Amino acid sequence: MSAHTDVHAAHDGHDHHHDPHDEHHDDGIGHVSLKGYMIGFVLAVLLTAVPFALVMSGGLKDSGTTALVILGFAAVQIVVHMVYFLHMNAKSEGGWNMLALIFTAVLVLITLSGSIWVMYHLNHNMMPALMDPRNLP
Amino acid sequence: MSDHPDLTKLIFGRLSWDAIPFHEPILLATFAAVLVGGLVLLGLITKYRLWGYLWHEWFTSIDHKKIGIMYMVLGLVMLLRGFADAIMMRLQQAISFGDNLGYLPPHHYDQVFTAHGVIMIFFVAMPIVTGLMNYIVPLQIGARDVAFPFLNNFSFWMTTSGAVLVMASLFVGEFARTGWLAYPPLSGILASPDVGVDYYIWSLQIAGVGTLLSGVNLLVTIIKMRAPGMKLMQMPVFTWTALCTNVLIIAAFPVLTAVLALLSMDRYLGTHMFTNELGGNAMMYVNLIWIWGHPEVYILILPMFGVFSEVVSTFAGKRLFGYTSMVYATIVITVLSYLVWLHHFFTMGSGASVNSFFGITTMIISIPTGAKIFNWLFTMYRGRIRFELPMMWVVAFMVTFVIGGMTGVLLAVPPADFSLHNSLFLIAHFHNVIIGGVLFGAFAAINFWFPKAFGFRLDPFWGKCSFWLWVVGFYFAFMPLYVLGLMGVTRRISHFEDPSLQIWFQIAAFGAVLIALGIGAMLIQFVVSFLRREQLRDVTGDPWGGRTLEWSTSSPPPAYNFAFTPVVHDGDAWWQMKRLGWQRPLAGFIDIHMPKNTGAGIILAGISTVLGFAMIWQMWLLAALAFVSLLAVAIGHTFNYNREYYIQAADVARVEAARTEQLASHV
Repeated sequence: MSAHTDVHAAHDGHDHHHDPHDEHHDDGIGHVSLKGYMIGFVLAVLLTAVPFALVMSGGLKDSGTTALVILGFAAVQIVVHMVYFLHMNAKSEGGWNMLALIFTAVLVLITLSGSIWVMYHLNHNMMPALMDPRNLP
Repeated sequence: MSDHPDLTKLIFGRLSWDAIPFHEPILLATFAAVLVGGLVLLGLITKYRLWGYLWHEWFTSIDHKKIGIMYMVLGLVMLLRGFADAIMMRLQQAISFGDNLGYLPPHHYDQVFTAHGVIMIFFVAMPIVTGLMNYIVPLQIGARDVAFPFLNNFSFWMTTSGAVLVMASLFVGEFARTGWLAYPPLSGILASPDVGVDYYIWSLQIAGVGTLLSGVNLLVTIIKMRAPGMKLMQMPVFTWTALCTNVLIIAAFPVLTAVLALLSMDRYLGTHMFTNELGGNAMMYVNLIWIWGHPEVYILILPMFGVFSEVVSTFAGKRLFGYTSMVYATIVITVLSYLVWLHHFFTMGSGASVNSFFGITTMIISIPTGAKIFNWLFTMYRGRIRFELPMMWVVAFMVTFVIGGMTGVLLAVPPADFSLHNSLFLIAHFHNVIIGGVLFGAFAAINFWFPKAFGFRLDPFWGKCSFWLWVVGFYFAFMPLYVLGLMGVTRRISHFEDPSLQIWFQIAAFGAVLIALGIGAMLIQFVVSFLRREQLRDVTGDPWGGRTLEWSTSSPPPAYNFAFTPVVHDGDAWWQMKRLGWQRPLAGFIDIHMPKNTGAGIILAGISTVLGFAMIWQMWLLAALAFVSLLAVAIGHTFNYNREYYIQAADVARVEAARTEQLASHV
């Protein structure tokens, strides 16, 4: 909300006297262009429309496969947004964006896979009847 | 009235006169005392015409130093409340045997232990940790403020807003009776239909906004605003631990927000996330909340590891032993803290492979922590140690924390945990690490940085009284709980039948009384130090022979911190500057661009308090109003372009000249 102005307020205090030493200005976001936005927009529309069509037409018979395909499209969609709309690449913000992304991805992976593993085990041990394939819907 | 039952409900929701605990003499007396004390305080503030001063100099201030101090005050005030809960429990357990039912009815006792846990973690430990980082980090990295100064003020008031809601639950309605993590199904709408859990949810959600934003703020500050030349591996260790802590805050707190949001959907909208119907699963709540909860304990302890590092190297007069290993140990702990959460519920029913995986990761995490202990010991080895108060707290920490760490590794063994989980052994363990680590660290930090913040040292005599009472009191209060836990006594019990246990509870109660005296001595220490401030005055700005940049400023530092941004060439920057005979610049000052105070933070947080209160009592009309005005004020604030001002060069010159005079008077 007020972040932008405030950064400058506190920042300018620095930059006044020590510009030669200041290391903050060589990084920043990647290249921004209309072409980039258009590519991103088209990709995003495609990645939304195709899964939608898959579900509506019932093109894939198996609902499990459909879900997996949609998840795959969603993952690609995330990358498209990060590259074309958030202008992230390996060098933006002096590499901090990339580092933060990797860290986040690792944590999300740990959280999701760990939770699935833990909950599967809990169900397996605490509700064996539920886990019996004969009782599954 | 009877014609408009809907209207009354719309305005007052569930709130009625029944919500005021007239039938509880303890609460009523407390309420009366708080009311009288509060009125006296407000009267005094009015009499001495301090409202304007408080509003302009403190409440609306976006100076990171003042916000840091306000965080510390919040933490210490809430410590008194949390400790009052603690001593009530100790007293109840010491007397409630056999025919004697004690003085707390079970439903009140359950609120007391819940409030104790919630307050001590969220409104004592968190504000103290955030306050320390707020005050110290910008000074240590040679910055003039944090990256987003207004956000900082807003974060503080949101945290305070959560604390206000918790305190309100004491007198209006009741608090949760679920334990500090509010596990469903007990916290679900069927088992807890009253407002207690709603107070819990909304106070944590509102305070959580503040915590998360302050995490973002400090992380950006450390990454973006270090003094020129300060590479990452030259940052003071406290700043390093603050960096890792804020990474943990940013990654962990959204999980808490999400899981509490899911719980409130269960309670308000009738969803079934954590019930047994429609595929819900209460165990998922436990799993999710500990994905936040385990990193949380490292959020609390990591900054304290930084404090100990600064104090040890200062008072041993040596460069910290193994700086690099200290940094890497901190980073390893940061990552590993996400891999151990299941050790909080080994007994919930996972199989051997899951339990052994998390047991082993838990044991692994003690390795970097052990490395840190050795680093501090080796720093002390052959150092010229001065046993001033901060150093005494560090030594007490090392002894106490190692004991707590060892019982922790014991609990990390799943088979042992099956007999010890939820016992008083566990209670003793986590108090052993949280008091021995976080609280002792906070006291070391307060004694260490107090002269920097206020310009005079804390009185050593009363500090030592407080130290010995706290440390001895701690051992008396918690060692009996280890014994009781090994005998199989579980936590959260308000009444016992077996008289052979009573003596241990009485010893523990004695320990709690010692701690109470320790807290009293600490308050006396503050008062005495204030009265003796002329004798205790620190004119040098560097009372302990410090090593990092905050000691290069005057005590207290000027609003702009540094007249010229320092240039850093090495770790322990101030130590190196002193060795090379650095001279303070005396002329050539220029205008300094600074952010301006604003009342938006406290207003937004005030509206949030109303919103939370309205949601708790289901006053939908008020809630809608509060929500709309929250948005309106927030958007309105974005149109405030009058956010910065310049400190004139002449003013800077005057402040710096006064400092020169002060320094000259000392030598």
